Amino acid sequence: MFISRLCLILGLLVILTGCGGTSGTAMDDGTAAGDGSESTDGSARSSGAGDDDLMSGGEYGDPTAPGGNLEVRVIYFEFDKADIDEASKALLVEHGSYMADNPGLDVRLEGHADERGSREYNIGLGERRAQAVRQILLLRGASSDQLMTVSYGEERPAVLGSDDEAWSLNRRVELVYNP
Amino acid sequence: MVVVRFIFLCVLISCSFAGAANAELRIEITGGVEQAVPIAVVPFGWQEEGSMPFDVSRLISEDLERSGRFKPLSPDEMLERPTAGRDIDFDDWRILGIEVVIVGQLLKTGADEYIIQFQLFDVFRGKQLLGYRQPSSARQLRGASHLVADMIYEELTGIRGIFSTRIAYITVDGEPPKQRFRLIVADADGENARILVESNEPLMSPAWSPDGRKLAYVSFEKKQSEIYVQTLRSGARKRVSSRRGVNGAPAWSPDGRKLALTLSKSEGNLDIYVLDLETQVLTRLTTRGSIDTEPAWSETGKEIYFTSDRAGQPQIYKIGTGGGRESRISFEGPYNARARIDPAGEQIAVVHNDRGNYRIALVDLKRGYSQVLTKGHLDESPSFAPNGETLIYATREGRKGVLATVTTDGRIHQRISSFKGDVREPAWSPFRRN
Repeated sequence: MFISRLCLILGLLVILTGCGGTSGTAMDDGTAAGDGSESTDGSARSSGAGDDDLMSGGEYGDPTAPGGNLEVRVIYFEFDKADIDEASKALLVEHGSYMADNPGLDVRLEGHADERGSREYNIGLGERRAQAVRQILLLRGASSDQLMTVSYGEERPAVLGSDDEAWSLNRRVELVYNP
Repeated sequence: MVVVRFIFLCVLISCSFAGAANAELRIEITGGVEQAVPIAVVPFGWQEEGSMPFDVSRLISEDLERSGRFKPLSPDEMLERPTAGRDIDFDDWRILGIEVVIVGQLLKTGADEYIIQFQLFDVFRGKQLLGYRQPSSARQLRGASHLVADMIYEELTGIRGIFSTRIAYITVDGEPPKQRFRLIVADADGENARILVESNEPLMSPAWSPDGRKLAYVSFEKKQSEIYVQTLRSGARKRVSSRRGVNGAPAWSPDGRKLALTLSKSEGNLDIYVLDLETQVLTRLTTRGSIDTEPAWSETGKEIYFTSDRAGQPQIYKIGTGGGRESRISFEGPYNARARIDPAGEQIAVVHNDRGNYRIALVDLKRGYSQVLTKGHLDESPSFAPNGETLIYATREGRKGVLATVTTDGRIHQRISSFKGDVREPAWSPFRRN
């Protein structure tokens, strides 16, 4: 389990270093790392980008194998709260470490609220939640210039509806890698 | 590090005031007209060849009816159709129970010159209350008719009419994640709707400048909140705040020189600031760790009301614009947010949690008590008409977002529906300045 994750990360580093300017369609399938890195290696060579060219980036799909925690990019919240529960904390610990290991990665933390109450106050709730996520990521090693917060309040619901289920799915922070 | 997006989200901004949308709002009176005064607006005379360029008397009748205070008689039921006061037989109207009759003519005095000539009579006493000649070009006849309706309204009620005012509002089409947002301005009767801004990203918080010439609003077109000020006539716009973090809730000072707004900057905590639009000087008003947002100026410009959750849940507070002590204003109910001051400065309208329902309430500033005005579950965004008589707000009809109005005495309710999409965040313009 650990070895395959290591291969994943290494594969990713190869992708990142070699990938300047390609449209990366193959990688957007987000399937097993093997496919991604193979096609990338090919295009990286043909485009001539050097291995030490750490600054050039390229598009990539889901960097983890299916089922991995890093694939989970949404944190949910209780009504009117910005507290992060234990399971979410564990998730964010992994994201934080991942970001610490990949200083070239940026993440947008998009905070949201459910539709109840006034709109601009809900922008505040979304921001509070995004900040709470940000704090944990910083503690786990992400650097502040990798993190950006945006609050959409209730303006960008994930789900339309005025029941508890829809509301609970809308009270969230989404981690958007390399936005 | 440059990253190429796989899917482009195109943001189409059309800032032209000439972009017309067909009348998107339809206004229906849904309740509270039991005490409406029976009146008659007799179809106006027209002596020229061809048809009347604009049905002036019909618009006047519709305006007066829409106020909820008057019940115009259908022309089919009229026993006579005088166009001047001297031709009125008051018995013909007393028989029908009509209390007020309005007669008039549309006169053509030049190639593109018209006069709306009208007289207003108290039927019971057979006495003229008002007589006036309003000049107009052909193109202005709609606006001139609204003006006449305003004059009649003020004569009969003592309150300045709002038929010549406008409403800004936001519409949303489509389903997440692909929605289309529009900021629209229309006449108070829903006609002449014009799209000011269109975007694939959210638009929020429209706010009229006190001179009625500009709108401030929040746009997420750059994938983060920013505040713009747009001039209606030209469509030109200026970005006035795009600081790091939240930029929200713009509110114009009564002299139009400043904007109060909400910023989080790099602290990640929302606070109230005041931006001088001329000097660009930014003054911070609140510093607490709570969410402080939704500023609203008092009519004197000396105080700012705002929402704060420093006590746990949102309540309304007040602070002097020079800074200083903050005092709490709302005390009833667990949640009060987004204050709007009535034009007389005596009460505020708020979003209020009434036993789990989000409703519009009025808080009396002198005595502190609240009165819940609406009956929905998700009512929000109240805005006063400039005569202080009516509030427009956003509510739901099933899943759909619609607008509604309620008079501040709670008696007359109206629903304003849209033909497509959701409508939200209404903002009532100031009186027109001539």
